[in-house]
Amino acid sequence: MSEEYVLQLQHIRKEYPGVVALKDVTLELKKGEILALIGENGAGKSTLIKCCSGAVIPTSGKIVVNGKEFTSMTPQLAAENGIAIIYQEFNNVKELSAAENLFLGRPIRKGIVVDKAAMEKEAVKAFDRLHIKIDPKTLMKNLTVGYQQMVEIAKAIQQNAQILIMDEPSAPLTSAEVESMFEVVEQLRDEGISIIYISHRLEELYRLSDRILVMRDGEYVKTLITKESHTQELIQLMVGRELTETYPSRGDCVKEDDVVLELKNVTGNGDKNISLKVRRGEILGLGGLVGAGRTELAQLVFGAAKKESGQIFFKGKEINPKSPREAIDLGLALVPEDRKRHGAMLGVSIKNNINMPIYEKNSTLSVIDSKKEREIAEKYQKNMAIKTPSLNQLVKNLSGGNQQKVILGRWLAADSELIIFDEPTRGIDVGAKYEIYKLMNDLVEKEGKAILMISSEMEELMGMSDRIIVLAEGDMTGELSKEEFSQERIMAFASAANVEEV
Amino acid sequence: MKENKVVNQIKDKAIWVVLLVLVIVFTAANSRFISPSNLFTLLRQVSMYGIASIGMTFVILLGDIDLSIGTIISFVNIICAYMMVNMGVNPVVAVLISLAAATLIGVLNGFMVSSVGIPAIIATYASQTAFYGLALIICGGMPISGLPKGFEMIGQGYIGIIPIPVIIMIVCFAIGSFILNKTYFGRYFYAVGGNVEAAKLSGIRVGRIKYLVFAISGFFAGLAGIVMLSRTASGNSSNGTDGFEFEVITCVVLGGVSITGGLGKMSGVVAGTFIIGALKNGMVLMNVNSYVQKIVMGVVLALAVGFDCMQNKKQQN
Repeated sequence: MSEEYVLQLQHIRKEYPGVVALKDVTLELKKGEILALIGENGAGKSTLIKCCSGAVIPTSGKIVVNGKEFTSMTPQLAAENGIAIIYQEFNNVKELSAAENLFLGRPIRKGIVVDKAAMEKEAVKAFDRLHIKIDPKTLMKNLTVGYQQMVEIAKAIQQNAQILIMDEPSAPLTSAEVESMFEVVEQLRDEGISIIYISHRLEELYRLSDRILVMRDGEYVKTLITKESHTQELIQLMVGRELTETYPSRGDCVKEDDVVLELKNVTGNGDKNISLKVRRGEILGLGGLVGAGRTELAQLVFGAAKKESGQIFFKGKEINPKSPREAIDLGLALVPEDRKRHGAMLGVSIKNNINMPIYEKNSTLSVIDSKKEREIAEKYQKNMAIKTPSLNQLVKNLSGGNQQKVILGRWLAADSELIIFDEPTRGIDVGAKYEIYKLMNDLVEKEGKAILMISSEMEELMGMSDRIIVLAEGDMTGELSKEEFSQERIMAFASAANVEEV
Repeated sequence: MKENKVVNQIKDKAIWVVLLVLVIVFTAANSRFISPSNLFTLLRQVSMYGIASIGMTFVILLGDIDLSIGTIISFVNIICAYMMVNMGVNPVVAVLISLAAATLIGVLNGFMVSSVGIPAIIATYASQTAFYGLALIICGGMPISGLPKGFEMIGQGYIGIIPIPVIIMIVCFAIGSFILNKTYFGRYFYAVGGNVEAAKLSGIRVGRIKYLVFAISGFFAGLAGIVMLSRTASGNSSNGTDGFEFEVITCVVLGGVSITGGLGKMSGVVAGTFIIGALKNGMVLMNVNSYVQKIVMGVVLALAVGFDCMQNKKQQN
């Protein structure tokens, strides 16, 4: 039975302190097939393939390659057994030629010097085999992303890879490049190489794969024969979890004709033609997969990235913030996704973190009004229920939830009217999450703020938003009103730049 | 949480303990060390480092570095002396123009670092080289002597028993401490040095802050240059060029300002400066060979930065 599989991952489990990343996942790859691996962000796809490469050591389970059993891999062991992985970030040296990259780390030598001519000859052979035309002397940096990827694939094949794992290979490519990549992949399959293909793009899976394995929340869901399945079924399997978490309710507080933020055909920073409105008292959810251009949109609005065209209106007036400072002074705020890198100043006290955007306002001749500084910090510590023995406590000593509250307090102190939350509860424990949600509700209900909330968590998006707009690859692919919310619809919009194609 | 606090407090005090130990050791070696006249000599010797350390503290708090301050001293020595001696400019005006020039060099550093994006270590090294050349051109490589009468007061005079340079240093430390603790600029320095991205997204115009800090560094270096000109009583292009900037960096880092930015206190820098002063003075009293003194200073710098880096490493783990 096991003879027909070249790679089997059996009952793989991976635990991290406090989290189970993979729960009993089994994957079986046949010789000469393309097996697609699909699932939402955080479904565990990357962790699973890292088990194959040796980058992650499974807590339990077995890896069987061509009948040989392993409890864990190492990068060397993986290579010896013919497993190669093409990551999204290429593993190349831009200043070396294509040929030299092909033999990176194992150059052909003549004595102690590198034999360039021999490497170039071998490179031509390797490229010819894939029917691709690359001059082996070209420096990597002068090749397009598509060709760089081809070099990676050629390298894998040159090293006798029998199992090729590709992690979102189409993500950085143009559509023409994707087509030639498909041809190469199909050719490899026909030559008997087995491929695991990870992608978010459903249409690709139907174009390319023989079977589709669906994962969700670190668990194996189902393996489908591609020809016998359809998109609807697939989306259902990907998202089909029970909605268990509860969200604090709020009254209907949306002021229909009081538009706080309006974008008209905004283009730039990777986003194209985005138009949307956020009203006072409203939480507008921004859904999509990682890399859909949501954070980039937030940066555009907040003056942290440059807009190419289109208009932004704030309370009816056109604005064009060139720096976060200008955006803040207008009444905009951003609670960034990466709290530790972009949000909190960890080595600075709670008091100073809260006051940071308003110091200039509360200073005379640049001297801080320290009484006011303290009062403001105390006020928002109380309002946000930040748990701390002292306002002089450094923010790095607080829990994730409390750090987020400090950032929130900062923007309330700055009297912001529109608050952009980028993944508001990432890395925050369940109890604190609920508190953040309640605070967000208070903001729209009691304080009359408007919120634009970016979230990759389906439940959070549906539980908190009044409306949801979905982006995919920088395009707006759909808008859903509260009655239309469903995981399947959001996923369908998020998985395809062009929904009709699916 | 609590442990951290205790560690920090010990760290704060440790520097003063080191100073105390040094004083005891040197006094034991030579009782003249503790005499008031020697202590004032010590302070006067260290005053120029102290004055220049204010700006350097701000620069290092941002996570940058300023290698141009030694040359600024040299440049200020030459132009101030040249104006007074060769052009007959009123000393007060000459001093003000020199300070303005020093500040402008700082602004130029700020431009290179902030607007062009040159790493501070290279940008300020470029100014160091270029302005030293300019100073040499102005003076033709010769010292400028014959400074107006009374000018030597700044560097050599006393108010009561306290040398004037020491008073200037104390005032500068007070100003530095005020900027750091009472104005929003101080808050910004810590924020930018601790986390540039978060600082930007909290509305701090990081570019402007860098300009400001390098300008301040230039100004205080200029002031130290005036004091040195007055002490040596002749405009000499070699003033300040013998590794002055690195001695100042040693004072600052020894005082607990993290070389990676975002951490440090003015009081620590005061202690760091005094330690350097005590070391130099004490070694002279003990007749330590001047080459050996260099070795000691090198070791002290490595120890100070090493301690800081080990702390950072520990935190990352």
